[in-house]
Amino acid sequence: MNWDVLLPLILFLVVIFLIGVWSNRRMAKSTSFLSDYFLGGRELGGLVLAMTMVATYGSASSFLGGPGAAYTIGLGWVLLAMTQVATGYFVLLILGKKFAIVARRYKAITLIDFLRERYKSTIVVLVSALSIIVFLFAAMAAQWIGGAYLIQSLTGLTYETALFVFAIAVLIYVIIGGFRAVAFTDTLQGFVMFGGTLILLIGVVIAGGGLDQIFNDLMVENPNLITPYGNEGQLTSLYVSSFWILVGVGVVGLPQVAVRAMSYRDSKSMHRALMIGTVVVGFIMLNMHLIGVFARPVLPGIEVADQVIPLIALEVLPGWLAGLVLAAPLAAMMSTVDSLLLLVSSSIVKDVYINYMKPKATYSHVKKVSMGVTAFLGIIVFLLAINPPELLIYLNLFAFGGLEAAFIWPIVLGLYWKYSNKYGAIASMITGLVSYIIIFRFNSEYGDLFGVHAVVVPVILSLLAFIIASLLIKREVYYFPTKTI
Amino acid sequence: MMNNIPERRTERRFKIAHREAWIGVILALVNILWWYGFAYTMGSKVPEEYTYVFGFPAWFFWSCIVGFIVMVILVFIVVKFVLVDMSLEDEDDMGNGGHSS
Repeated sequence: MNWDVLLPLILFLVVIFLIGVWSNRRMAKSTSFLSDYFLGGRELGGLVLAMTMVATYGSASSFLGGPGAAYTIGLGWVLLAMTQVATGYFVLLILGKKFAIVARRYKAITLIDFLRERYKSTIVVLVSALSIIVFLFAAMAAQWIGGAYLIQSLTGLTYETALFVFAIAVLIYVIIGGFRAVAFTDTLQGFVMFGGTLILLIGVVIAGGGLDQIFNDLMVENPNLITPYGNEGQLTSLYVSSFWILVGVGVVGLPQVAVRAMSYRDSKSMHRALMIGTVVVGFIMLNMHLIGVFARPVLPGIEVADQVIPLIALEVLPGWLAGLVLAAPLAAMMSTVDSLLLLVSSSIVKDVYINYMKPKATYSHVKKVSMGVTAFLGIIVFLLAINPPELLIYLNLFAFGGLEAAFIWPIVLGLYWKYSNKYGAIASMITGLVSYIIIFRFNSEYGDLFGVHAVVVPVILSLLAFIIASLLIKREVYYFPTKTI
Repeated sequence: MMNNIPERRTERRFKIAHREAWIGVILALVNILWWYGFAYTMGSKVPEEYTYVFGFPAWFFWSCIVGFIVMVILVFIVVKFVLVDMSLEDEDDMGNGGHSS
């Protein structure tokens, strides 16, 4: 074991644990457990709001997979990754103050609360809850597997032990701390990612002999690496541009991101979050993908893409600093996992259990059920991750696109288009989900339909379905309530 | 607790919110155009003819690095000069920082 590397990592876990305990103390004073546990009592300030959005979004796939892809594909992948700068401002501006005001009037704590009040439809609620539970559960499990691999490669523990360490760390603070703990931990993790990628980038540039030398080496190896078209010229401008929908503007439709857009305290917090979020997300994305490209001349021949970041950190930085920097991907995974875990359990507890099974649940009953469900989910994920079934991996592959295709129009049009109704929402969700699954399968067999990512066509089809169904079936203008209901 | 919130004030807040959502769309469009414009014009030359700015290929420098900085500046301008502070609550009349301009 390499204690130089491990000590900073352990220290990091301890700090996270302390945040959970502190948050639990805060919650003990609160009067509304549900709103507090799942939404932090709507009191996030600008910095925390920005960081929790960035950290939730910047998952392990972007933290380990992204630089790995950039290592293989070159600058073209950095260009693709920069479509994510939009997430820094787009979600908060689009959902914006209207979502915040309406969510307060509806007393909505989850995204599904909003959809339920807006469309007054059991089918909408159940389809939403089911998509969230299935897709995000899979996405979460995949992150656990990634986390365990990372710990394994750093410590030399067995996979099962590493998974256990990861699971315990995540569960403890999600269960005791709830949303507030998650949001504050995300903030810490955002700083770690910000500083970590910067240090590592500087380290890699120095190790590579400066920018001129690095680009010269890349040019000698394969000139395509420094073009926007990928190492084999495989990235067309159309395909890369379609990522604006998947990871740029379409992120509005991700429940774990949208729920954060109703968690802030006031408009000042939102304004600050816009500025901080844009800076932080752009900075992190630019740095970490550049690290991937620059790692190539420094450490050629890495076979497994996910290992690029750990290997390059151990190569170019002193042990203790590598440990500190590698806390960043671990941070990214944990923060994604914890917010997904909370969201899945809120869907079960709040959207299904309390809505349909036990509307008159008491405060302490709700509290017990919430923590119990969260713990139970964690244990199931742990057991599944020991020997992950193939279906799980498959579901994770299309989790984000599927959720976006299902949710983007019911959320956005529900807020801004007066004719939106439940028929439109149902048609849109089902069209989005079904067409996404079909096109995803088609693309993996026969290559990309129309040369764009699988998410593009379903987003357009679900928009059409929404508009047509809303206008044809019981067309009616909707008025938002003018006061809290 | 005030139940008779003036209809006008409610609508005014929604109007502002609608305008700010459109600003989000415009920002994203500017972002996409800038990003696409530099990447696929300067970047489509053969790599041997690339020019470099501060060590980076020019297409990448203008599209990704300057593009990012431009977006940060635009977002700051929008936040400082265009977005409106408002109360998100309905109960009290003013809320916190709900001054109108």
